[in-house]
This record gives sequence, C-alpha cells and structure tokens, in this order.
Amino acid sequence: MTALKLKIQEVFEEPACEKNQAKTEKQRKAGCSKQLAPGAAAGGCAFDGAKIALQPIVDVAHLVHGPIACEGNSWDNRHAASSGVQTYRTGFTTDINELDVIYGGEKRLYKAVKEIIEKYDPPAVFVYQTCVTALTGDDIEAVCKAASAKFGKPVIPVNSPGFAGVKNLGNKLAGEALLDYVIGTVEPEFTTPYDINIIGEYNLSGELWQITPLLDAMGVRVLSCISGDGRYREIASSHRARASMMVCSKAMINVARKMEERYGIPFFEGSFYGIGDVSDSLRQIARLLVQQGAPAELMDRTEALIAVEEARAWSRLAHYKKRLAGKRVLLITGGVKSWSVVAALQEVGIEIVGTSVKKSTREDKERIKEIMGDEAHMIDDMTPREMYAMLKEARADIMLSGGRSQFIALKAKMPWLDINQERHHAYAGYEGMITLVSEIDRALYNPVWEQVRAPAPWE
Amino acid sequence: MAIIETSSKAAAVNPLKMSQPLGAAYAFLGMNRCMPVMHGSQGCTSFGLVLLVRHFREAIPLQTTAMNEVSSILGGMENIEKAVLNIRLRAKPDLIAICSTGLTETKGDDVNAYLRLIRQKHPDLADTALAYVSTPDYTGAFQDGWAKAVEALIRALGEPQPGLQTRAKQINLLAGCHLTPADIEELRDIVQSFGLEPIVLPDVSSSLDGHLPDNFSPTSMGGTTLAEMRALGASIVSIAIGEQMRASAQAVQELSGVPYVVFDRLTGLQANDRFLAYLEYVSGQPIPARYRRQRSQLQDAMLDGHFFFGGVKVAIGAEPDLLLSLSAWLAEMGCEIGCAVTTTTSPVLDGVPAARVVIGDLEDLEQGARRASAGLLVTHSHGRQAAERLHIPFHRAGLPMFDRLGAGHCLSVGYRGTRGLIFEIGNLLLAAGHAHTPDDWQLPQSTRDALALATPVQGESS
Ligand code: SF4
Repeated sequence: MTALKLKIQEVFEEPACEKNQAKTEKQRKAGCSKQLAPGAAAGGCAFDGAKIALQPIVDVAHLVHGPIACEGNSWDNRHAASSGVQTYRTGFTTDINELDVIYGGEKRLYKAVKEIIEKYDPPAVFVYQTCVTALTGDDIEAVCKAASAKFGKPVIPVNSPGFAGVKNLGNKLAGEALLDYVIGTVEPEFTTPYDINIIGEYNLSGELWQITPLLDAMGVRVLSCISGDGRYREIASSHRARASMMVCSKAMINVARKMEERYGIPFFEGSFYGIGDVSDSLRQIARLLVQQGAPAELMDRTEALIAVEEARAWSRLAHYKKRLAGKRVLLITGGVKSWSVVAALQEVGIEIVGTSVKKSTREDKERIKEIMGDEAHMIDDMTPREMYAMLKEARADIMLSGGRSQFIALKAKMPWLDINQERHHAYAGYEGMITLVSEIDRALYNPVWEQVRAPAPWE
Repeated sequence: MAIIETSSKAAAVNPLKMSQPLGAAYAFLGMNRCMPVMHGSQGCTSFGLVLLVRHFREAIPLQTTAMNEVSSILGGMENIEKAVLNIRLRAKPDLIAICSTGLTETKGDDVNAYLRLIRQKHPDLADTALAYVSTPDYTGAFQDGWAKAVEALIRALGEPQPGLQTRAKQINLLAGCHLTPADIEELRDIVQSFGLEPIVLPDVSSSLDGHLPDNFSPTSMGGTTLAEMRALGASIVSIAIGEQMRASAQAVQELSGVPYVVFDRLTGLQANDRFLAYLEYVSGQPIPARYRRQRSQLQDAMLDGHFFFGGVKVAIGAEPDLLLSLSAWLAEMGCEIGCAVTTTTSPVLDGVPAARVVIGDLEDLEQGARRASAGLLVTHSHGRQAAERLHIPFHRAGLPMFDRLGAGHCLSVGYRGTRGLIFEIGNLLLAAGHAHTPDDWQLPQSTRDALALATPVQGESS
C-alpha cells in the first residue's frame, strides 16, 4: 500500500470522528468519501482542501506541483487575512509541461524549491501534490527530504492529490502533514499557563481578530492558530500549549486529537458564531486551562468579560431584533457551519425555513435538531431548481450560502448573503454576530428589491 | 519584430496563465442550452467554476466526470457514461460538451471512442448532441483551449446539411476568447447594420451578458444554437476575430467551402477602418452614418487623450490575441511597450510592438515593469498586488476580473469601444500624474560630491 493510501486509511479511522466509529470495519475501509456521481457532483478536491487548510500560514511559500490547472485557475481566491507577511498570497507552481509528464517532474520540483528559497527566503516551503504528478509517480516526499537537507530549511510535503477525495479529506491530510513534519520541531521562546492553540480557524476576512481581543482580555495567549494568520515557527512550537480549541468543524479533528495523544494537550470543540456559542467557548477555554494548572481566578475574569460583552452585544442587537423578527432564512452551507449559524440566527428571532445538511455529520444533525426542535427543515440535497422555486415563490425572505449559488437567489430577485470562504465580512465573536445581523438587515431592507421586482410599464 | 522568449524558471510565480480545459469550458458556455463537462477529478471543475462565477457574477453550468484515483487508472469510460446519462436526466441540455484534463490525458482516455460506444449503448440519447475536445492541462493555455474547443464543435456539429443553400447575407463571426460579451454584442450590431446576418460562434454575448431570465435553467441560456451550427456552411464568408480563430475558420472552409478572413484585432482607428471597409465590400452596403460619426468621435478622443499616453511606458500581461490587440493600440496612442508577457505561443506575438515578448508569469511582468520604469500596468485582476507594489496605475484587462463589477460589459472593440478605452485608461493616467514637490528636482549625488570636493565645507565637525 502506498504511503498516501496508508495516510488516507489512518484519517478514515480517526477515533475522535463519531461518524467513523459508528461504521463497521469494512465500511471504514471503504473510506468516508462517498463515491461522487459523475455529472452531478460539485465541490473542491482534496488538494483544494489541503491548500485551504494550510495557506493561511502566511510566511511560508506554498508551491503547487502540477500542471497549471491546480494553481493557475485557483490562486488568490480566498480571503484568509495576514497581520504582516504576505508571502502566502504569492502563487507558486511548477506548471509542469508534457515532458515532465513523460519523464517525471521531480527535477523541476527540486529546482523550483531552490529558486523559491533563493528568491524569497521563506522560513519553510510547503509542496502540494496534485493529480497528474501523483499519477505519474513523482515522489514529493523524497524531493522534499532532499531539498530540506540541501537547503537547511524545512520543505514540507503535503500529499493530498485531488483525486484522493473531497475537500474535507484534504483538510485532514493537511493536518497530517503538520503532525508529521512541523508540529513539535521548534521550542517556543517561553510558555505561560495561559497558552492555547486554536485549530481549524483560517482567519477568513480576519475573523480571528474578532476573537483575540477577547482572549487578550482574559489574559489568554494564542500560542498558535492552526492555521489562520499563522507563522511557521508558531505552528512548529504549538506542542507546548496547555489546551486547544477546535473551531466548529471536524476539518482538523485529527490534529487536535493527536496533539492530545502525543503531547497531552486537551481540546474541546467549539464555535465562535453566535453569542451563546462564543461565551461557551470562552468558558471552555478558561475551564481547560484551569484544569491544566492555570490559577482559578481565570474563570472569574472570564465570567466578568462574558457578562459585560454579552450585555453590550444584546443592546447593540436590539435595534435589529425588531426589524428581523419572523424573517425566514434559507441556509445552504457546508454541514459544519449549519448548526452554529442556525443558533446564531435564532438568537435574533430569525426563522430558519431550511438548512442543508448534505455535508453534515450525524453529530451535526443532532445539534441542529437540538437547536431547531425537529428535523423538518433539514434538507439533504436540494437542486438549484428547487432553491430557485423556493425563493421565487417567496417561501423564504433571504438565502445565506456560498458564492457559487448566489445567483439562484439573485435571479429570483431575492436577497442573498455570503457566509462561505469567499465572503468579505467577518462574522466571528460578539462583534461578528452584530456584523452578520446588520448585513442581513442591509440585504433585506435594500430598496432595490422593490424596484427590480416591479414589472416594466409595458408589461 | 519582437523576440519571443520562454521564461526558464522551474517555478511559475503568480501565474498569468490559466489552463486549456478552462478555456474550452468557457467556449462551450457560448453554446445554447449546453452543459460543459470537464473529464477529470472534481477539483478542476470546482476551481473553474469559482473562477468564472467570480468573473461574470453569474451562475455557471459546468460539470465533472468526478474521476478518482481508481477510475483514473482503469479508464474513464464508465464515468463519462454516467456523467452523460446523469446530465441528460437532470438538465436535459441540447448539447453535452466534454473536454479532457491533465489527469485523464495522462492516462490516455480515448473519449471519442467512448462516446461512440455510449451512443451505441443508449439509442435514447439521440436527441442530445455530444462533442469532445482534448485539452490536457500541461500543454497550452486558456486561449488554446478555447480555440481547440471551437474547432472541435465545428467538426462535431457543423457538418453541412444535405441541400444546404448559400444564404446571400449570412456570415459567420468566429469570436476569440479575448472578446467580452459586450464586445461581441458591439460587433454583431456593426455587422447587422450592413444588412448582414451573423452567426456568432461561440456567442457568450447572449449567455453571459448578465440578464434576469424568467426561469431557472441548469444549462447555459443563450449562445449559438445547434440549428445555427448546422447552418455555418451556408454563409458567404467566415470572419475570424483573433488569430486564435483561424483554425476554426479553416475547419468551416474544409467542411463547407466557406472562405474566410482573419482580423487579428479590432481595437484602434485603423483596425476598425479596415473592418468596416471590408464589411462595406462584402455587403455592398455603404458604411452607416453612425459609424462615420463614431469615427470622428474617436479621432477627437485620440487627440484629447494622446497627451496622457505619449511616452508612457507600459507593462502588459495578457493572452496572445489580447496582448496584440491592446499593445498595438497603446503603441498607436504613443505609449511604449516596455514589457510584454504572455501565456502561450502564437504567430501574433511577432507583431507585438515590443522588443521582447516573454512567455511567463506575473513575476516576469512585475520585474519587467520595474526594469522599464513602467507608468502603467495592464493585465487581469491578479496583477493588482504587483501594481500596488509598483505604485503605478493599473488597468484590468482579460479574465479573470474578479475585483470589479461588470467584467462582461467592458467594451474595447469598434470605434466606440476604442474611444471608451481611451477615456478609461487616459483617466487613470491623468489621475496618476503627480503634483511636484520641492524635492523633485534635487541635484544628483554625483554633482554634490563633485561640489563638496571642490569647496570643502567650513566649520563642520567631523
Ligand atoms: S482535481 Fe486534481 S488536477 Fe484538478 S485541481 Fe484538484 S488536484 Fe488539480
């Protein structure tokens, strides 16, 4: 069995993943990525997932080994924000040609790493495998090893070719690359009893920065965020944190669990979307740190902060509550975000007429049921035509989804709001909740709706 | 004549280029009621989709054969069959148009043979047209994919019908991928104003022009119809816009004997003079008054604008036909092309008014711009980071243009389009002109050094 297959198997057997544990051994062997239906599939590949998970490490060079399709068609399409270095925004690819396909692209890859180190001098280079170079058998692990030795710099292989599976698998394989080659390789300059890791937060539109002020106020230090606004050295030294929070997704569960196993860092799974969930997460962070030996007064400080910030948030939301009560939302998201956004919206009295659970785990669905009271509004698979009909017939007032489906709503002359990776607004923390609600308000009450819905005078 | 160089780097940095299958899929979107399919793993389709959605701000129909590692090794027959059946069931398109990717080409799938088999196995598919084009990711670029796709469509669907009669006013307008929906609409208007009836292929002007349809459709809406494809052979001439369309024009000629002309660009005064003179000739109709008026407006704009273009050094990165079109026109306005970067080879590169044309990436463009002290950067939206670092005005041209509204409505052909372009870029240059400060004309260090030697400063402590 190839190294990649072994890795995939390992990820599939993730003990912290409930969905997997519910399966028989045979089912587990088959893997968790459903066979996709040709001609009826959508969504990114495993390479995409790996890149999403790691590109937010802002000071390293991300080099894509493959033909132009993988990087040329996709670079610069997300908004993970950096507080400084911009290296991650540069698109690097070996852009292999026909000869590389025939004779192998390892030499080109090695030279590419060399060029990048000479020109850009990043603290590390991440090398991503893709379909064609995996099929032709380029051994990126070997090239990275040779290059690391030669250039005295970490060159990290990320073996997650697109055809291995879906985006979600790619997230996990990216995590494996960190576990195998990065985490634990550097010691932090100093540690404190208040050091945590945040895992699976990519700092899209700067959402991490809606959280850090709260942690600062608690006196908690983010030793490393994996991977939003991340620096290579921070992530390499993250094994000295006292506790981890895994952000509202199973994307990097393997990282959280293996860090617990290897370094004794306990973790919990939390969300930064919605007032209740933010408070909960802050409490959990404090609780875990205290449990790990931090002074107990951290709890009190945390409760005080929550009390003040919640009150401030509610008073800022009061204005919108009146305007949004009873508005109906159609929510089409990746599974993990569903429950946390559902909870957030219900806090201001918005009604959820449907939420997609296509990509949700059983646990996600349980959470939604808990929050919404029944499963009536869970949509397993909705075709664009059905979404269009639902909006056209005004059975929902607004759709929240990723950018690709926005036109279903707009063509039905209904408001739409982006809640996926490509969005430009930050919705995390108490602050983000207010932004989310004000954006919904802004979308719903825009005067254009009345105008565009009115028929032409000659009709 | 420009020297053509290929960047010798092992790593492309900030790619200018996009892949062939994406160009092919884009061409397919100019076909009516079509579902384009990428034969490969799903990520390729997903990236392509996101890119086109961000550019056009429109829903984009695009499907995948969802190949995985196993099916890639065994061959894609089964996946193609499933994809075709699934798409027909769900979307009922007139045309399913398939392009290959790097993955399936590396394996070497013989898709044409698969399609023949699928036809045999499923006689009920008779009402759905199928077309295929080979477009590996590891050769060529976006523009090549487009060109190959159009040629493949003509060969698959443009067979002359028995008893097809030449129609005296019908022409084929073969549009390159550098033309926006607005450009195509403009050209159609111009052609029609001579009493000619154009068949536009591919026609993204009706499928991707950003309008509100009354109904939701899972396929493309608007574009060249199958009936039009079958009538290509009845035209009196094919007019190819962009060198990339020459092969397609030749294909129509081979199939049906229709002669062709190629206009390598339609931005600029003289380029449009030639175009209109040609239309006058084929149609036998005089040039309509409104173009005479537009021409004089363009002349006036050129006079007003030339102050700001004259002597400006331009760094431009674009696919070959767009590169030629814009750089030749900018040179006509008095600019100097200080750096030209493109994605793939083409005969037109020889004609780019620059000393060298580099087949390279945006890093080459940025460095070239710096070396040339460029005062204007022209490329697609990915160039915005370079423009920021260079502190020079930035004109977005080509695809993707994801950080501006109305990419599909940018017009740069015809007298009117050229005039608009003068105003747009001229205004950028106008705004970038800087107010002088006392430090602007400091003497060079060498002068000061010479002076210091000649007259040592008194009373200064060392
Ligand atoms: S599916 Fe494969 S070839 Fe396509 S983008 Fe993903 S890694 Fe690249």
